[in-house]
Amino acid sequence: MAERITVQINGQPCDVPAGMSVAVAVMLAEGTSRLSVSGQPRGPLCGMGTCFECRVEIDGRAQRRSCQTLCRSGMEIVTHERR
Amino acid sequence: MNGVNEKVCDVAVVGAGPAGIAAASAAAEAGASVVLLDDNPAPGGQIWRGGVGMGDHPEATRWLERLNAGRTTILSGTRVYHAESGALWAESDEQEQRVRFGRLVLATGARELFLPFPGWTLPNVVGAGGLQALVKSGLPIENKRVMVAGTGPLLLAVAACLSEKGAQIACICEQAPLARLGRFAMTLAAFPGKLREGARLRLAARKAPYRTGCWPVAALGKERVEAVRVSQGSHEREIACDYLACGFHLVPNLELPRLLNCRVAAGYVEVDEWQQTSAPGVYCAGEPTGIGGVELSLVEGQIAGYTAARREEAAKRLFAQRARYRKLVPAMQEAFRLRPELATLAKPDTIFCRCEDVPFERMQEHHSWKAAKLHTRCGMGPCQGRVCGAAAEHLLRWAVSTARPPVFPVSCAGLASLGRAGDSPESSGPPSGG
Repeated sequence: MAERITVQINGQPCDVPAGMSVAVAVMLAEGTSRLSVSGQPRGPLCGMGTCFECRVEIDGRAQRRSCQTLCRSGMEIVTHERR
Repeated sequence: MNGVNEKVCDVAVVGAGPAGIAAASAAAEAGASVVLLDDNPAPGGQIWRGGVGMGDHPEATRWLERLNAGRTTILSGTRVYHAESGALWAESDEQEQRVRFGRLVLATGARELFLPFPGWTLPNVVGAGGLQALVKSGLPIENKRVMVAGTGPLLLAVAACLSEKGAQIACICEQAPLARLGRFAMTLAAFPGKLREGARLRLAARKAPYRTGCWPVAALGKERVEAVRVSQGSHEREIACDYLACGFHLVPNLELPRLLNCRVAAGYVEVDEWQQTSAPGVYCAGEPTGIGGVELSLVEGQIAGYTAARREEAAKRLFAQRARYRKLVPAMQEAFRLRPELATLAKPDTIFCRCEDVPFERMQEHHSWKAAKLHTRCGMGPCQGRVCGAAAEHLLRWAVSTARPPVFPVSCAGLASLGRAGDSPESSGPPSGG
């Protein structure tokens, strides 16, 4: 597989292949991407930017669709449930 | 955000799936200046999504080469959130984008239809195309047990793709009865290429049992899905899995066509023989005009692109090809029509709107989308009803037409710029409410 890069997910360094989406990196690291308004764990559903279940904070910007964002070296990702 | 980037072009194309790629290529070859906007990291749409470790699709490669041979400006990772006559509002992670155009081609594609059933909100219950997209984005699937369920030709394509990546497909559950699929196969007899593709996919997924007249009734598990209960009418069974890939065919993305007042009839954008919508200078191609597959999208895209670049004679030469592939639209609609049992799967406490966690029983207290929205907040979360609105149309038979700017949540800078929409010479007024 391609070159590997490191991103931070909830403060933990994660080693991922370049080209991996943030949604997948979060699935592998945390299993879920957010807690729903009534507290249920949720993960990605549509994988193509329409359902918003995979939204996370990326580099300080909230509600980013992680399935449409590729991991970049040094990226800081925070899932909703930790906030 | 680094300010606003402005572009001016003859033809703007929204969506870089097959229809949009074909439209942009045709318009550029006809001499027009073209800007192609797409919200994904790279052109290709859902069907030609590349990504980590995926082999190239030869037809996709040919079309991408043709696209790149033109001088089309490609704006990937750019989400269009508002459109008016002559102008588009969009944003990427880096900047605000305005595109002023002479003519517009909408190739906004389709999304999967998701229907609520107990457990459908569990992590690892994903769309069929959804799981394929995640795997193409790097999700390891080797030796994972995957249930593929729902309806439509996508199920087989997904099962084949995941099998090739080493997944164990526990079962493919197609809700349509065998008789309807048989009639669909007869239609396909006129399309040898399609039949060959179907046979190739079935071969790739040969280890997976393909059950017709079979549908999911519940996803089971604590923290994530562990098993799926499926029904074949007379009996139910439980099948263990790591992922449930479930989608009920496709629904077109109509937000931008609706925003531009393009007439929509029977769920699809109305177009004339030139792919021209009821809105002057606005063309539409691909799935929003009818779900008909990649070949239809490509030919419609070319017709729209040539016409938008005023090369009508080139467009006209493609009419016969389009007429041939248009036959697939009603055939697919009939073959993959949803069985009535699917409207009975949601229990009173099953979440219907995933953004606002509105249970089905609260939806049932109302008789229209608007009333339900006002009282329950359904459809008012970030997805703006893209998931639950489509489900309400299909299960509750409500008319759902949600389109107002911004059609996606945007940054405050983007929102502020909408308030200044009236500043542009072609446009009028601030976004409407209601």
